[in-house]
Amino acid sequence: MFAYYLDLAWRSLKRTPILAGLMVLAIALGIGASITMLTVLRNLSGNPLPGRSEVLFHPQVDPRPADLPGAKEEPPDDLTYLDAVNLYQLGIAPRRAVMSSNWLPVRKDAPDSPLAMFSDRATTADFFAMFGVPFVYGSAWSAQDDANHAQVVVLSRAMNQKLFGGENSVGKTLVIATKTFRVAGVVDDWNPQPHFYDLNGGAYGKGEQMYLPFFTWLDLPQDYGYGPMQCWGNDPNAGTHDPKAKQCTWAQFWVQLDTPAQVADYRAALNQYSAQQHQLGRYQRAPDVRLRGLLDWLDAKHVIPVTVRMQTWIAFGVLLICLVNTVGLMVAKFLRKSGEIGVRRALGASRRAVFTQCLVEAGVIGVAGGLLGLPLAWLGLWMVRQQPVSFAASAHFEPSMLGAALALAVLSALAAGVWPALRASSVAPALQVKSL
Amino acid sequence: MHFRHILSALGRHRIAVGLLVLEIAFSCAVVCNALFLIGSRLERMQRPTGVDEAHLVEMFIGSVTRGSADAVMAQTRTDLAALRAIPGVANASVVNQTLFGNSLNASGVSLSDEAKAPSIPVTQYMGDAQLADTLGLKLVDGQWFKPDEFITEEQLESGHSGLPVIITKALADHFFPGQSAVGKTIHAFGTNRVVGVLDRLVQPHDSGPAEYYGYAMLFPVNLPYTEGAYVIRVRDAAQRAAVLQGALRALKADGPLRLISPKYAFTLESQRDKYYRNDRAMAWMLVGVCLLLLVVTAVGIVGLTSFWVAQRRRQIGIRRAIGATRGDILRYFQTENFLIATLGIALGMVLAFGLNLLLMRHYELGRLPGYYFPVGAIVLWLLGQLAVLGPALRAAAVPPVVATRSV
Repeated sequence: MFAYYLDLAWRSLKRTPILAGLMVLAIALGIGASITMLTVLRNLSGNPLPGRSEVLFHPQVDPRPADLPGAKEEPPDDLTYLDAVNLYQLGIAPRRAVMSSNWLPVRKDAPDSPLAMFSDRATTADFFAMFGVPFVYGSAWSAQDDANHAQVVVLSRAMNQKLFGGENSVGKTLVIATKTFRVAGVVDDWNPQPHFYDLNGGAYGKGEQMYLPFFTWLDLPQDYGYGPMQCWGNDPNAGTHDPKAKQCTWAQFWVQLDTPAQVADYRAALNQYSAQQHQLGRYQRAPDVRLRGLLDWLDAKHVIPVTVRMQTWIAFGVLLICLVNTVGLMVAKFLRKSGEIGVRRALGASRRAVFTQCLVEAGVIGVAGGLLGLPLAWLGLWMVRQQPVSFAASAHFEPSMLGAALALAVLSALAAGVWPALRASSVAPALQVKSL
Repeated sequence: MHFRHILSALGRHRIAVGLLVLEIAFSCAVVCNALFLIGSRLERMQRPTGVDEAHLVEMFIGSVTRGSADAVMAQTRTDLAALRAIPGVANASVVNQTLFGNSLNASGVSLSDEAKAPSIPVTQYMGDAQLADTLGLKLVDGQWFKPDEFITEEQLESGHSGLPVIITKALADHFFPGQSAVGKTIHAFGTNRVVGVLDRLVQPHDSGPAEYYGYAMLFPVNLPYTEGAYVIRVRDAAQRAAVLQGALRALKADGPLRLISPKYAFTLESQRDKYYRNDRAMAWMLVGVCLLLLVVTAVGIVGLTSFWVAQRRRQIGIRRAIGATRGDILRYFQTENFLIATLGIALGMVLAFGLNLLLMRHYELGRLPGYYFPVGAIVLWLLGQLAVLGPALRAAAVPPVVATRSV
């Protein structure tokens, strides 16, 4: 019976090609717009580290003075130098990494080699294992290197390509901010999106070009700051601070906690640490800590750009208008068939059969609209990629969206078809036959 | 033309008419709001900065080896002399932060030095005696800093307070509405006496509420080049690229090993372009959405009107046979569309208002100004008339002889 209905639907659509074409076009445009924005939204809200995100946590403590006009309730995102070092030495998490970022001048270890700026992340040894950073050559530096302020560096694949032509550069040396560093390893292209571990430079962008041991980096003669610094208090020269200033936060800190028990212990330890600092008089505020998991952290920071949320709403608005349009066209289409439906009813077709037949026709329109909508969505994503915005590069068509697009198209066409089909199936047989 | 006849004919197609009205209403609501969003983006992109944008270029120089403060300051003076000697350069200065740049320096400013006094964050520009001339700032009240008021960076860092300050007119109006700010004091760091009021200067980039964009202060500090950027005003806008090349060459020729690269030398215009690219992209996206919606709405109108024309072929034939002209038939469908569009637009206005309220709640948007309503109405009326033209012409072409045929 279904095959027969399909055949009927096909014949019916062929009879009014313009009307059918307009309906397909309307659905295709709506599907194209909404799938484009859904794909962008999905890519932006994705899990940056699937498989590892469950065990990564972001501790926050509150070292701010008791009365700070206009202060938010939430403790600062980053840590002061002192808290960063103290929490780093707390040592109860299986893995932990303190980090910050800036730019440093780098040149090859050869006379007269040209100088260039590279972005760097200063961090501690666990960073690589904790975040699962893949290595091409060599390996991470050791905790011992951190303790010794060793002059070692881990390069990104792209920087290794630029400076060493892509060969295995482990053991070679570079001059970074006037000091000589030994290459310990080269990591593969690694740039989780969103850039969860440090959102200060924007959530979607390029990854770092090299990694240095945090404490070695602090010793470097540098004029490039210590990443975005937030200071409080009455402050004539904000921005030119000693990184060790007690009123400035700038260091990111992440821990790995494998079990719920470890999470509870760590939270207790953070509270205890804050209470102890409060007692010492360093903290003016009562202990107020946060220990968010990676995905909760991204939620709390609202990393998805407002414009993308808005565009997604607009895209669904377009789909809605396209559907209203399709309902109108289907009413016209089915009413035009009143004569034919009357004959079928007079010959014994039940209302239900007529209703099903009309819905099958709507479904056929939906499939056609979905198929036409796919290239439109592909075109839409291409247009998003042409936009000069930071998240543009992540707008790619995903195979899983193929199914979603078709399902959405058929569902919306069916939804649009229900009411016109109901009306068509209520055609009185006698009246229509009489007028023939 | 009798509206009554058209209305009674439409009454027989209440549902199809209702759907068409609904579709026009949705389109009208979205188009009104999208046009408003596009308009506010364009307005935002055109905000003046108060500086002579067309003639400014800037360069950031990275120091690699840290010298003594005196040496860096001496190098800065040498550099500035070299920059001013480049043909086509009107003036050059060091400034702590550049317009449309990433860096933003701000202090909490209040009218009293009590800790609880309400304060607002205000961005602070610092620079030498040439800065105002280099940027092309205009003073509307008071006077510029005196030569002996400029301090060094060390004095600033050692907590020198009591610096005089020049503030923008917007900030002066905020703190001292209806009176001259000159001679008054504000508390930014320590007590700062206002000596002058600028016509306009803005934040390097938007920070805080929109009205804060025009709040800025200027302090007299001779900064070394490592604490900011060189900003250069050229005499002729066409020379900007040549002056940048000349500046890179001049600084490379002289001084210690430093990071001097065309990558960190730009015209202010290119920085403005980069700063507003998100707004531009959003505006184009909204233009695309509007066009898409209008196309879809037109498709709906063409589809339903064609259906009606086909359905009424016989009636049209009869009307023609009893004396109606082609023009009458054409006008009939045009008037019918006008009525439907008017209903849709009326409903659309209400929806547009509601949508605006919703957007205001979630996206910090302003209220939809009244003039977007007639704009939206005219767009949809025109669209309706254009869409109906094809089917209406086909209707007008129906020959009277149709009336004599049975079905």
